[in-house]
Amino acid sequence: MARRRRKPRLAVWKFASCDGCQLSLLDCEDELLAVADALEIAYFPEASRGEIRGTYDLSLVEGSITTAHDAARIQDVRRRSCRLVTIGACATAGGIQALRNFADVEAFISVVYANRAYIQTLATSTPIADHVGVDFELQGCPINKRQLLEVITAFLSGRRPTIPSHSVCIECKLKGNVCIMVAHGTPCLGPVTHAGCGALCPSYNRGCYGCYGPMETPNTRALSEWLQSLGMTPGDLLRVYRKFYANAAAFRTESKRHDP
Amino acid sequence: MTHKTIKVNYLARVEGEGALRVTVRDGVVRAAELRIFEPPRFFEALLRGRAFAEAPDITARICGICPVAYQMSAVHAMENALDVHVDGPLRALRRLLYCGEWIESHALHIYLLHAPDFLGYAGAIDMARDHPETVRRGLALKKVGNAVLSLLGGREVHPINVRVGGFYRTPTPQELAPLAENLRRAREAALETVRWTAGFDFPDCNRDYELVALRHPQEYPFNEGRIVSNRGLDISVAEYNRHFVEEHIAHSTALHSRLRERNRYLVGPLARYSLNHDRLSPLAREAAAEAGLGPSCTNPFQSIIVRSVEVLYACDEALRIIEHYQEPERAAVELRPCAGVGYSATEAPRGLLFHRYRLNGDGTIAEAQIVPPTAQNQPSIEEDLKTFIGDWLELPDAALRERCEQTVRNYDPCISCATHFLNLEIDRA
Repeated sequence: MARRRRKPRLAVWKFASCDGCQLSLLDCEDELLAVADALEIAYFPEASRGEIRGTYDLSLVEGSITTAHDAARIQDVRRRSCRLVTIGACATAGGIQALRNFADVEAFISVVYANRAYIQTLATSTPIADHVGVDFELQGCPINKRQLLEVITAFLSGRRPTIPSHSVCIECKLKGNVCIMVAHGTPCLGPVTHAGCGALCPSYNRGCYGCYGPMETPNTRALSEWLQSLGMTPGDLLRVYRKFYANAAAFRTESKRHDP
Repeated sequence: MTHKTIKVNYLARVEGEGALRVTVRDGVVRAAELRIFEPPRFFEALLRGRAFAEAPDITARICGICPVAYQMSAVHAMENALDVHVDGPLRALRRLLYCGEWIESHALHIYLLHAPDFLGYAGAIDMARDHPETVRRGLALKKVGNAVLSLLGGREVHPINVRVGGFYRTPTPQELAPLAENLRRAREAALETVRWTAGFDFPDCNRDYELVALRHPQEYPFNEGRIVSNRGLDISVAEYNRHFVEEHIAHSTALHSRLRERNRYLVGPLARYSLNHDRLSPLAREAAAEAGLGPSCTNPFQSIIVRSVEVLYACDEALRIIEHYQEPERAAVELRPCAGVGYSATEAPRGLLFHRYRLNGDGTIAEAQIVPPTAQNQPSIEEDLKTFIGDWLELPDAALRERCEQTVRNYDPCISCATHFLNLEIDRA
């Protein structure tokens, strides 16, 4: 009789974040028990107090690096992970907390906390890939749970995940949405934003606000000119690019063009 | 007695990072410290200079488990600053959205995070091996809450359809109809949940809390009401800072909140239920009575029954809203940016969530203040531990550690929110 192979081990790690991306896994109500059957959930403190120490076949990492302790901890996570996938805006770009990268962190601390000595933080919030090698990055604030299942399935079967890298515009076309920017003059980041949400905002009569981060090679400069023609001020443009993906290269560079 | 230390370095089944340290001397608990080491993200600082309209999207990112609570407190505070009032079907849709979040968040905590403590499992996945139908019922209930969020908000985590003044797009009554089908099934599952949790074994741990929650003249509270307590507090939301104070404690990146006059207090399901029992729907009130709950509940371990009653109420209320819904002519009321100060408190699943903003004349945010429920409950969690652990010191270390963890999980603490959570370290000398 052939020896039974052990189930692949999954670990879910959290750094600076809102817990929303790892919640996406618990939000797979119809698939959660099947996932738990196909693999061994070896470390997932949000879901279980059980813990299997050692190494993991797949690590999902949520959150950004904002403390010296976390910068050291991610090195340990990498050493213990065969494959490491980052999930969400915080892990892939630094998240909303990366707005400190454009400000004086000491001023930020003084706004929120009375006693400086109690707070330990780095001056920047940085993505995981700035610290360790990453096997795949899944964008989104929050990630799409269908895409998360695809990523887990792909890594368990030893292939690359099939995640489209085109813009939200393509998703609107596929859905048959009327372009809200062309038809209604509603400012929209769809042309430069990575697909994955299913063109949610335009489907709700709202302009895309870029929560899936920049697509591959976005033409942000051309979009900015268009947004200006719709009445956006430099202050508006600065805020538009400097939000949940403020620290992603394409949005960071474009935001600096509008920073007085 | 020799020196002895027990540690829980990372508290599981809570949202965020925290640890616990308990000091015991001569059989007496001297100190209990909940250490929150969730890294600070400085929301109140990064909101400065942002447009008022961005607050609901940005503050949602404080917590992936209860983003609607942040969105609701943000929009109501902004509307207060801009002196507009949202009424009619838009107001009803906001309550409906909150029902979705209560169902989703409470079902997550009841079935996946809290019940394993009572039944002796490390987590819901282990529990599912012996009780597959129960876990499936919990997941199905959670899914209906998420369906409300998806339809009305666009998605479960960080909904996109909420705006200051209303929504971007309102649903047609026909779109809500299939939701009603699901909610009727969820209401049955919620009733079964109340009966199931009422059968758990509860330690006799009633506490003398000052309970704080919203109270509304007609409704079980979500978005509106006065802030009241069982010790005579009765204030408007704008008076919050006159009565509550936040303190920065060395062992926590969460600020502790205290009542200026009377120190620690409790927010959340126990407080809400005990102060608003008469505002529950008849069905939810009957189910509570059948479960053995009086009009007030101060045993934190029984919070799991109270959450179940609130899930039942939320299903009932959601169905009532859908039944009476008529699509509004416009998805949002018109707003004109102006200088001003706005306040709001809404009932997040974990308790009162206070927001205050001061706006500049161009509608940008000059100051933001956010007081999440877990920060308000932290002193009470520590007091619970100090009060209860004395009776448990004879337990073996592993059992004592589990009991301490459960005491913290009673609160469904959301540490990501509070930062601004857990190692258990028990020092017995």
